Amino acid sequence: MGLDTKPLSTLHEKSSYDVADFPVPTGREEEWRFTPLSRLKGLHNGTAAVTGGVVVDVEAAPEVRVETVGRDDARLGRAYTPADRVSAQAYSSFEKATVVTVPKMTAASRPTVVTLRGSGAGATAYGHILVSVEPLAEAVLVLDHRGSAVYADNVEFDVAEGATLKVVSVQDWDDDAVHVSHHHARLGKDATFRSFVVTLGGDVVRLSPSVSYTAPGGDADLTGLYFVDADQHLEHRLLVDHSVPNCRSNVTYKGALQGDGAHAVWIGDVIIRAEAEGTDTYELNRNLILTDGARADSVPNLEILTGEVAGAGHASASGRLDDEHIFYLQARGIPFDEARRLVIHGFFTQMLEKIEVPEIRERVLSAIEAELAR
Amino acid sequence: MSTLEIRDLHVAVGDKEILRGVDLAIRSGETHAIMGPNGSGKSTLAYAVAGHPKYTITSGSVLLDGEDLLEMSVDERARAGLFLAMQYPVEVPGVSVSNFLRSAITAVRGEAPKLREFAKELKAGMDALSIDPAFAQRNTNEGFSGGEKKRHEILQLELLKPKIAVLDETDSGLDVDALRVVSEGINRFRASGDTGVLLITHYTRILRYVKPDFVHVFAGGRVVEEGGPELADKLEAEGYEAYTSKVSA
Ligand SMILES: Nc1ncnc2c1ncn2[C@@H]1O[C@H](COP(=O)(O)OP(=O)(O)OP(=O)(O)O)[C@@H](O)[C@H]1O
Ligand SMILES: [Mg+2]
Repeated sequence: MGLDTKPLSTLHEKSSYDVADFPVPTGREEEWRFTPLSRLKGLHNGTAAVTGGVVVDVEAAPEVRVETVGRDDARLGRAYTPADRVSAQAYSSFEKATVVTVPKMTAASRPTVVTLRGSGAGATAYGHILVSVEPLAEAVLVLDHRGSAVYADNVEFDVAEGATLKVVSVQDWDDDAVHVSHHHARLGKDATFRSFVVTLGGDVVRLSPSVSYTAPGGDADLTGLYFVDADQHLEHRLLVDHSVPNCRSNVTYKGALQGDGAHAVWIGDVIIRAEAEGTDTYELNRNLILTDGARADSVPNLEILTGEVAGAGHASASGRLDDEHIFYLQARGIPFDEARRLVIHGFFTQMLEKIEVPEIRERVLSAIEAELAR
Repeated sequence: MSTLEIRDLHVAVGDKEILRGVDLAIRSGETHAIMGPNGSGKSTLAYAVAGHPKYTITSGSVLLDGEDLLEMSVDERARAGLFLAMQYPVEVPGVSVSNFLRSAITAVRGEAPKLREFAKELKAGMDALSIDPAFAQRNTNEGFSGGEKKRHEILQLELLKPKIAVLDETDSGLDVDALRVVSEGINRFRASGDTGVLLITHYTRILRYVKPDFVHVFAGGRVVEEGGPELADKLEAEGYEAYTSKVSA
């Protein structure tokens, strides 16, 4: 447990494009200790050879430019440098990258939907996506992960001065998929970033959304919802690095777990560096444990290196459905299953309202419905 | 015509026996008041009859029209026609009043009300109890004041139209106007048909609006005296001392 005492800021200081700079994780490292390495199908140790089989399909808003580029495209990797072994592996292994550009001062008239479809659990692939939102532009982007694959990727969101990007990322993989992913948002002056992550399917999904700021006024809101079933491992590792003054971040992740071996991990790291005066940040994680045999690990970490914050807080709670809630509803004639359904919906309601894309909201609602019917 | 019959009911929380042989029969058309000191087991009686999982029935029976309530789940009891207005209504986050009430009505009536009719019925019910229509969109009981929660309980009573209603200190914490509004609601319910009411209270002030036919004194986990409305006045004047000493003797 000695690692726990290391300051956050030093934990996250390592970054490199070169896989060799990161030793193969053993599972004892702070950043890997919750992840079942044996189920990663070799993504972490260089043995997962590319077979292909993840098809990237983009349905873009008319104002948005979409390109498929090679590894040598100079725009790639500018907003984000890999921060762990799998991320570096993905960065050095992808063959084609997708670049989505929202031209400056343009508001995209409808969401741009990027579908990543895995052809089966035998498919192994590495990917890279760059979403560049130029100054004062605005767009909504959907990342929709379906099918099955062993897949590692990096997604860069480069949100320039005064621009707004809203992202919905749905991990709706089949039961045998393995997905390790980094989402990094780099926010320019007065940029706005909204991320809504929904993780429902996959054997192992480990998603690490992070945010950095290059100038004051950046505003990031990261919301996540997950539903973990028996034997699933769904892990979300948030990092918000406040290194410039007067930026804001808000993280809200909520999940429900049911079934033997269902495992949720939520890590919420927030660093407020000495220069980041006037930072306003709050992070929250809640887990609803619906059955025995399910486990949630929830670890908020807030490191404050300046005395001048506007606000900084965190909260984390994991618990069962409240018997009193169920009793109250049942006492009005509502049968147990329906009462349970109402309360679990209630747990997610306020977050669902934040999903900007109605079709996705409906899809998530019916996915929750289907989970509850299991 | 309905009857709730409680016979020799013994109830424990953990290993602590709280109710020690309660006998009561409430028929439709009747209003019974239960009065008794704090901690005497009044809420325990209400919760045990409704089926709260915290309470263990150690012996005795509870029948609604001859059917064994104790064999039923909480929701089955409610659908059989029992209603409990709680002393401390529960806040249910994320579930709107409107969604909650529609689900409850659907369950109790056995079919979903048409949306328009439900909206009308809800509006009328809220108006009658001077509840701001905005409450329909709020989360159930969340952040409601004490008095607002009690009005909301009576709204449910009027919408669900049970056979027998147990009202646990619905009058506590109400200001003068709210007391009148809530009492009128209870009286509308009483007048609406074949209904019985068991009213748990500490104060005679509600009994001036909602006239009881019988008054029971509750002490030490059982009924220690029964009488007509005049008993309530006597209790208000003299307190429970006579009964509490009787119990410990
Ligand atoms: N969970 C519990 N654990 C231990 N004792 C309990 C529990 N619940 C109730 N009791 C006890 O049972 C007794 C009866 O409580 P109850 O709430 O029924 O009283 P009451 O008559 O409704 O009182 P009041 O007038 O204050 O509402 C009290 O002594 C109370 O402390
Ligand atoms: Mg009580």
